[in-house]
Amino acid sequence: MSIPTRHFDALIIGAGGAGLNAALQLATADIHVAVVSKVFPTRSHTVAAQGGVNAALANVLPDNWHWHMFDTVKGSDYLGDQDAIEFMCREAIPTVYELEHAGVPFSRLDNGKIYQRPFGGQSQDFGGDQAARTCAAADRTGHAILHTLYQQNIRAKTHFFDEFFALDLVRDKEGIICGALVLEIETGEPLLIEATAILLATGGCGQIFRTTSNAHINTGDGCAMTLRAGVPLMDMEFYQFHPTGIAGKGMLITEGVRGEGGFLVNKDGERFMERYAPRAKDLASRDVVARSIVTEVKEGRGAGENGDYIYLKLEHLGADVIEKRLPGIRESSRIFAGADPVREPIPVFPTAHYQMGGIPTDRFGRVVIPAKFGAEEVISGLYAAGECACASVHGANRLGGNSLLDILVFGRLAGKDIIEYVRANPHRRETDPVSLEQAMARLTRWDRTGEGVPAHQLRAEFRKCMEDHAGVFRTEEVMAEGYQKLSELRERFKEARLGDQSKVFNTARIEALELENLIDVGLAVAVSALHRKESRGAHSRPDYPKRDDVNWMKHSLYYRDGDRMDYKRVRTKPLTVESFPPAERTY
Amino acid sequence: MTDTTPDPDGTTDEEIRRLRWQCRRGMLELDHLLMPFLDQGYRDLDPRGRAEFVTLLAQQDQDLSDWFMSRRVHEDPRLHELIRHIVAVVAAQHP
Repeated sequence: MSIPTRHFDALIIGAGGAGLNAALQLATADIHVAVVSKVFPTRSHTVAAQGGVNAALANVLPDNWHWHMFDTVKGSDYLGDQDAIEFMCREAIPTVYELEHAGVPFSRLDNGKIYQRPFGGQSQDFGGDQAARTCAAADRTGHAILHTLYQQNIRAKTHFFDEFFALDLVRDKEGIICGALVLEIETGEPLLIEATAILLATGGCGQIFRTTSNAHINTGDGCAMTLRAGVPLMDMEFYQFHPTGIAGKGMLITEGVRGEGGFLVNKDGERFMERYAPRAKDLASRDVVARSIVTEVKEGRGAGENGDYIYLKLEHLGADVIEKRLPGIRESSRIFAGADPVREPIPVFPTAHYQMGGIPTDRFGRVVIPAKFGAEEVISGLYAAGECACASVHGANRLGGNSLLDILVFGRLAGKDIIEYVRANPHRRETDPVSLEQAMARLTRWDRTGEGVPAHQLRAEFRKCMEDHAGVFRTEEVMAEGYQKLSELRERFKEARLGDQSKVFNTARIEALELENLIDVGLAVAVSALHRKESRGAHSRPDYPKRDDVNWMKHSLYYRDGDRMDYKRVRTKPLTVESFPPAERTY
Repeated sequence: MTDTTPDPDGTTDEEIRRLRWQCRRGMLELDHLLMPFLDQGYRDLDPRGRAEFVTLLAQQDQDLSDWFMSRRVHEDPRLHELIRHIVAVVAAQHP
């Protein structure tokens, strides 16, 4: 098989904040680095992050990394690894300063220091008063970071393969991962990129669910490649949902709407939150509100033609309040829901927002798997960082301001570790033709013609099934039925066909390849959720409503082969300080 | 029809597919504006309007978001008009 081949010291797949920060470390150290991105790099999903980056700079209120660490461990519902969390909270400070020096235009205080805003879940002195820990560049932090990193990479001569889609990892004859087969979207031609080290930084997988705030590009590509390489995914049952997304579309409607006095009603106009949370009502915690909405829909009280959403009412606030305090919401609702909230309610449904689990790594971004004996082992030359990776710093629940932090810290540290790895392993590895052929088969299967269900038809069915059976409402019965349906769908997908076998910009073929990734990652979420018989963080089960530290304070590992589960212990020992023992999580 | 054979309106499948990938963005809101417009409004544009759409696709996501969501107004009146037209076409899809 003759396929054009390129060689680099390091290959990075994905050009969001994690990938670009890693690439910058490498290019600056004169490492020959390539970045593969299926869209133009500044169109990566990092651009959508508006909130900010947590770092205990203490510019506005007293703060230190140890308090940040406490908040993150508590926020994780004690499933986060405390060594990784300590590491992240310490590294947050130099990471933010490095970005400042690279040119990120952080908002400033009058004294010239970086401004920091308070966010939920932040405290001073281990659970005391509110802290102010989030550094932001106005409301366009993700955009500012992404652009700065991209420009710096151009300056440092990082090699970009824009609009190339990664198909699969490849190995040499010894079984060492030594590159990736990629597809040039414009020409439809494959390209083999060999490298000493490979970093997966492909972002989240929100598109596994019908309603998600993630962009269409977030299809879990790196996670699926990892699964196909025989590596498990960790803690995939922990997926963060926002209770109010625009129904059928997924755009976030901020909690601020309910904070301003907006409330939820079912098709009968009933304020149903009074039944589920008599005290907090519409301001109950996210998971309670999300599950209440889904319960209303499941029990036949949903609104609309298909009864599959409920209403968020804010007409009573008046046009002035809505225009002044919630201007973005009015525009968003008008465009995407066809409803002007000044006159009519917004149709909403819980929207999938953030993947806490992912490719298991240590705190240097190195992919790790359970060893046959003793501690876990590192997969030589394979790294992961960002939302696709699980270090694990978010555990069962991520705090606001910690997602940009995660991608930046672990992207940066993975880059630094790759520099050492590349220097210690200067020899080039050659791809085993058998491995290459397996990767090519992923592509050539779509050249088959004849009978078969059109691939695009399965996409909507799959995403709806994930939403119904592995979303916010998770009982044994609902999830077991879902697993059955998803397994059948996975079998039907094997016989799926494309109507168009052309090569140039065949977006239908890319979407079919993405759907294969979605199905693999979706099964990881569904199976992991089915097996975890407790409620912890974002994983909420009405049939097991309590956290169970005796039996379930452990990480899940899902293997694609046989939908097999394994588990590993939570690393409760930090690097230099005392552990935070599990406690009831109250705010 | 082959890839390079134009429709009566002058577009080719290949051109639409190329633009479709440019409509893939980092923000969900942009995906839900640009892709539906490509399917339902692009072919109705005159050659100049199509060229302006291509110009728009080359802009940064954050800027596009600001213009579409009315946080800012594009300084070029014709592009501003196209932005409002795209919003109107997409919003009109709701029952």
